[in-house]
Amino acid sequence: MRQYKTSKGLGIHVRRFIAYVVLSLLSFLCLFWFYVLFINATRSNANLSKGFTPLPGGYFAENWKSMVEGTLPIFNGMLNSFIIAACSCVLCTYFSTMTAYAIHAYEFKAKKFIFTFILMVMTIPTQVTALGFIRLVDSIGLMNNFIPLIVPSIAAPVTFFYMKQYMESALPLAFVEAARIDGSSEFNTFNSIVIPMMKPAIAVQAIFTFVSSWNNYFTPALILVDNEKLQTLPIMIARLRSADWLKFDMGQVYMLIAFSIFPVIVVYLCLSRFIVQGVALGGVKG
Amino acid sequence: MEKKKKSKVVSYNKWGIIFLLPFAITYLIFQLIPLLSTIFYSFFEYYDDGLDVVGPRFIFLENYASLFSSGDIFVYTKNTLIMWVLGFVPQILVSLLLGAWFSDPRMRLKFSGFFKTVIYLPNLIMASAFSMLFFTLFSNSGPVNSILLQAGVINEAYTFLDHEWSARGLVAFMNFLMWFGNTTILLMAGMMGIDPALFEAAEVDGATSTQVFKKITLPLLRPILVYVMITSLIGGLQMFDVPQILTKGTGNPQMGKELTTMTLIMYLNRHLSVSKNYGVAGALSVILFIITAILSFIVFRISVPKEGGKKHAPVQDE
Repeated sequence: MRQYKTSKGLGIHVRRFIAYVVLSLLSFLCLFWFYVLFINATRSNANLSKGFTPLPGGYFAENWKSMVEGTLPIFNGMLNSFIIAACSCVLCTYFSTMTAYAIHAYEFKAKKFIFTFILMVMTIPTQVTALGFIRLVDSIGLMNNFIPLIVPSIAAPVTFFYMKQYMESALPLAFVEAARIDGSSEFNTFNSIVIPMMKPAIAVQAIFTFVSSWNNYFTPALILVDNEKLQTLPIMIARLRSADWLKFDMGQVYMLIAFSIFPVIVVYLCLSRFIVQGVALGGVKG
Repeated sequence: MEKKKKSKVVSYNKWGIIFLLPFAITYLIFQLIPLLSTIFYSFFEYYDDGLDVVGPRFIFLENYASLFSSGDIFVYTKNTLIMWVLGFVPQILVSLLLGAWFSDPRMRLKFSGFFKTVIYLPNLIMASAFSMLFFTLFSNSGPVNSILLQAGVINEAYTFLDHEWSARGLVAFMNFLMWFGNTTILLMAGMMGIDPALFEAAEVDGATSTQVFKKITLPLLRPILVYVMITSLIGGLQMFDVPQILTKGTGNPQMGKELTTMTLIMYLNRHLSVSKNYGVAGALSVILFIITAILSFIVFRISVPKEGGKKHAPVQDE
């Protein structure tokens, strides 16, 4: 690599030094809270009220036990969250790829209109249709049911857009033509040729869909209202907040929060390179 | 398409419509019909009054009139915008700085993979759990207060959530933490898409890195910056989880005072799940829909230049 020299302005070494300091500070800001969470989840209620210590205590097992035996059915919550997130993730990625393929590989009349329409509604938030949504769900008797939280993910404009972008760069139609000549049916071509070629994009979007469904609070809180057994983790966190938390064993509260947060952190750390690249690639997410 | 293949092509092309059906049907049922019925309900008096259901009775624009005349909607819009601005301004500044550093080949930063991983992390954390965590950390007997006490910075516990600006500040700070990593990566990708020849030419002409940033990077990045700003504003208008959990849905942790952290979606949620006033909720949704539709249209114009297939500006793979 060529060595550049800056004659004016700050020298590269000074700038690099400043960059490291700022980046370290920001990293500290991002990680500090989770560090405190981890420490506090290992300490007893009595110990916690004495103030903060930077070292973990020995109460991890006790806090775990009191969380498991506590009033909130936390494992149930995790299972519910997992079922909803996993199903949404499969439906969303499969059907978004299918929708993108329909627009990418075929020519038909309304194609241009439909594509423009999807792009235009892409940033309309679900909250503004929530009223009509819960009235609809109520009228077809699906309140307190996972279906209205899973099935709508089939129509995900943002995921569709990502898939469409990816197809433009990674799915030459020659492959599809070749499959046609070999007599493969269109549906079969989609499943056995298009889906495998789209794997990298599907993986990235699977992660995002899973995480956003896992973290979703607004819609599940409106649908899963009556049945405690069906509630998801974010709803339980909200109930914990509404409870008279001063009476709570704080060690247990920290353990609960850690239990909801750390699975995602662990998965993220394993897949982070992938995820960060996916964000840069997609451009639209959030 | 060649003409002689036409009949074959048409028979293939019907599959395009078949493949579109799942999306179209789902969208119609779960988004379009709800949107239309939301608009429909906004013209009706319709609410749960204890065990009775009042309405639906057509009252045309009265729900809108009552929303505007009570004035709450202006207060909550102001709250939402204040917290968004407080979070967004540091977010965009920090992201520009980090994006410039990460994409500058002369910097050759070590551990940049590590830093990117860490700054993106808060974006994936469950917002409700994250704000519950902040609630406990910043409570009167929480660790932040005890650290400040132990360090002698303050003499008695500061009630972060009881003060207007510290409560808003906390919400804004959490929004900042959750989104600056994401914005950094978007801007960085945008900066790496700029033709390196421009930087080299500036180099030859003896421009300083500040000049390069101001005269080359910023102007060329403008479409992405506008895009980031408007999508962030759309996201900001949806602000819900963080202030809802932090303040127990009250808009203020200490009941009885002015609601300084109540956002528009918290207000909507209150009509939907607490007071069950569907008419007013409908009117509020329609107003939010119109605002986001206008903002979305601007995003659409920026990100889809003419051909429809290209996205905003040159965002490239790393």
